[in-house]
Amino acid sequence: MRTIRFLLEKEFRQIFRNRAILILIMVMPVMQLIILPLAADFEVKNINLSVVDHDHSPYSRQLISKITASGYFRLQGYHASLKDAYQLIEEDKVDLALEIPNGFERNLIRENEQQLFIAVNAINGTKAGLGSAYLSSILRDYNQEIRMEWISPTRLQPLPIVEVIPKNRFNPQLNYQFFMVPGILAILLTMVGGFLSALNIVKEKEIGTIEQINVTPIRKHHFILGKLIPFWILGNVVFTLGLVVSWIIYDIFPQGNILAMYGFIWIYLLAVLGFGLLVSTYTDTQQQAMFVMFFFMMIFILMGGLFTSIDSMPGWAKWIAALNPVSYLVEVMRMIILKGSGWAAILSHLGILLAFAVVLNGWAILNYRKTN
Amino acid sequence: MKQFFTFVKKEFYHVLRDRRTLLILFGMPLAQILIFGFALTNEIKNARVVIVDHAKDDASRSLIERISASNYFEIQEDVMDRARMETAFKEGKIKLAILFPANFQHDLRHQNQAPIQLIADASDPNYATTLTNYVSSIIQDYQSELNETVALPYRITPEIRMLYNPQLKGAPNFVPGVMALVLMLVSVMMTAISIVREKETGTMEILLVSPFKPVWVILSKAVPYLILSLVNVLSIVLMSVFVLQLPVEGSWLLLFAESTLFIITCLTLGIFISIKTKSQQVAMLISLMGMLLPTMMFSGFMFPIENMPMPLQVISNIVPAKWFYIIVKSIMIKGLGLAAIWKETLILSGIALFFFVISLRSFKIRLE
Repeated sequence: MRTIRFLLEKEFRQIFRNRAILILIMVMPVMQLIILPLAADFEVKNINLSVVDHDHSPYSRQLISKITASGYFRLQGYHASLKDAYQLIEEDKVDLALEIPNGFERNLIRENEQQLFIAVNAINGTKAGLGSAYLSSILRDYNQEIRMEWISPTRLQPLPIVEVIPKNRFNPQLNYQFFMVPGILAILLTMVGGFLSALNIVKEKEIGTIEQINVTPIRKHHFILGKLIPFWILGNVVFTLGLVVSWIIYDIFPQGNILAMYGFIWIYLLAVLGFGLLVSTYTDTQQQAMFVMFFFMMIFILMGGLFTSIDSMPGWAKWIAALNPVSYLVEVMRMIILKGSGWAAILSHLGILLAFAVVLNGWAILNYRKTN
Repeated sequence: MKQFFTFVKKEFYHVLRDRRTLLILFGMPLAQILIFGFALTNEIKNARVVIVDHAKDDASRSLIERISASNYFEIQEDVMDRARMETAFKEGKIKLAILFPANFQHDLRHQNQAPIQLIADASDPNYATTLTNYVSSIIQDYQSELNETVALPYRITPEIRMLYNPQLKGAPNFVPGVMALVLMLVSVMMTAISIVREKETGTMEILLVSPFKPVWVILSKAVPYLILSLVNVLSIVLMSVFVLQLPVEGSWLLLFAESTLFIITCLTLGIFISIKTKSQQVAMLISLMGMLLPTMMFSGFMFPIENMPMPLQVISNIVPAKWFYIIVKSIMIKGLGLAAIWKETLILSGIALFFFVISLRSFKIRLE
């Protein structure tokens, strides 16, 4: 017991001596939390529109003002021909070009049908898909308005309509930050826990001080505990800091059981630190540790359900996501912070993370050899 | 000159001896392309949906059959009360609930209007919106089938043409991004770390007291990473052509030339970081947090820059990856030539020159 106390004292002294790292650890999460949710807005809006109007009729003008009034599109200008508009699309000045043919208004009334041509820059598939969907729905509305103008409502046969009433649970305003912030807290925790623990031990290996520890009678598990505990505490501090920042800036306060959340975080930290430990037993230099950790972190974060949904992944990817501790953390964070869940909801996740922690830490301890 | 090549040879040995790092350096672009190409998607598949049918009449059954027939959803039918539904949402077991009221068919036939309620888990707003849209459009289709006999007058039909990427694949968007990310990672981090490591382990002193000019020492460190990064570019482009079926529309030569320019920019950045920092950990953390994260965020491939608030959009202009992303998109996807991207090329060269000059200025022959 006393050994662990001394080891902890040594570790904390070393951490506090390293000013740069300390500042980085404290400042960086805050910076990330502030900038990332502001930057990460996937909503499709501000679509740059070019209009090639060959008709110049009241109908075409009404249509254009209806499109700009929707708020999704920014009219960049009227252009003489489709070729000009294409040039602008090539230069990325315009995302979408709408061509209204000559005689649009006249032919629509006389021949009952008219076609509009829309060209979309589809490099960003999502933006193109949603943008053209918005435009199509505005066109449909406008179409219906024209119909109402010409045909009195009683002459139109009453059509049975199914009315869809959408309701959004947990995030009625569809605020994207509600979605991102728990995820970012998860990333922060993972990165701090994983990187710091791995780098720390490998640094000792590289500098050579680990030899000195190895020749002491300190037992393996004392040593490992001495390394785990400081970073466990640090992880908690960073997480709490992150929570406070998200409360102050985004007004996001966990709706659910805070104790349950912390309980889960404690086990999760053990698992992540164990992973860092494991990596450190397999690498010799800080550079290697850094890269290996980064590689796994990147895979974990991308496949963790943070930016895209796990449900949509193909079978093999779902297996990887199931072995990925981050995906459980992200789910639990969203459940507790946004949906107000409690212990009951996270029990299965807790159990899985516990298994991870045991396996990873056990593997690391077994792998760690005092003598080479 | 001969001395320079000797040093370059030494650096190559260093790099090639470190098998683990090499593995990761080559494996990372591969893994990223596989993940982005096949695992990550914004489309809806296998969404967990519960249908609560209070009506159980012909209309509701046929609509439910329609919804189940589409492959987007994993349907579960259950008559859940509000409390159970709430729990199911909270536990993440369902993402959407579709509720049919008791008199669905009756209201539809006799009052010409019947409501269906869609309750979505909006903790992921885009997913919820897309899911709701998918279901709504299936319902719309059903509705227009009901009204098939009535031909609507005054039809405006849009003809939509998708340019550059008719199948709306995700690859054109992220392959240039992965390229920028990987090049930035390798060039900045590896260069910075390798120089600082010599400082930390003390071998830098030896190099500095040699008659060899220090500037050449630094440059010789950059060369292996230049070659490595070019190999990475080749592997990414090959994967994109053969695995993702995304060909290079423009000139391969121009693509490689611009990549070299970007690599050189990143190398100068790495050199600058290495001059200013004393320990590997700090160099690593600065490269990671100060370089990688902004690159991911502000290059434009993960998050659209135009959606960001103005100050962030201004910051994105300083990030070299943003310009490179535009350049690669123009060459690979749009098939344009130098004439279209001279402005971005100039900006990248300017950034490279800037960091090169200040690195040269800050470099000190004596260790502090």
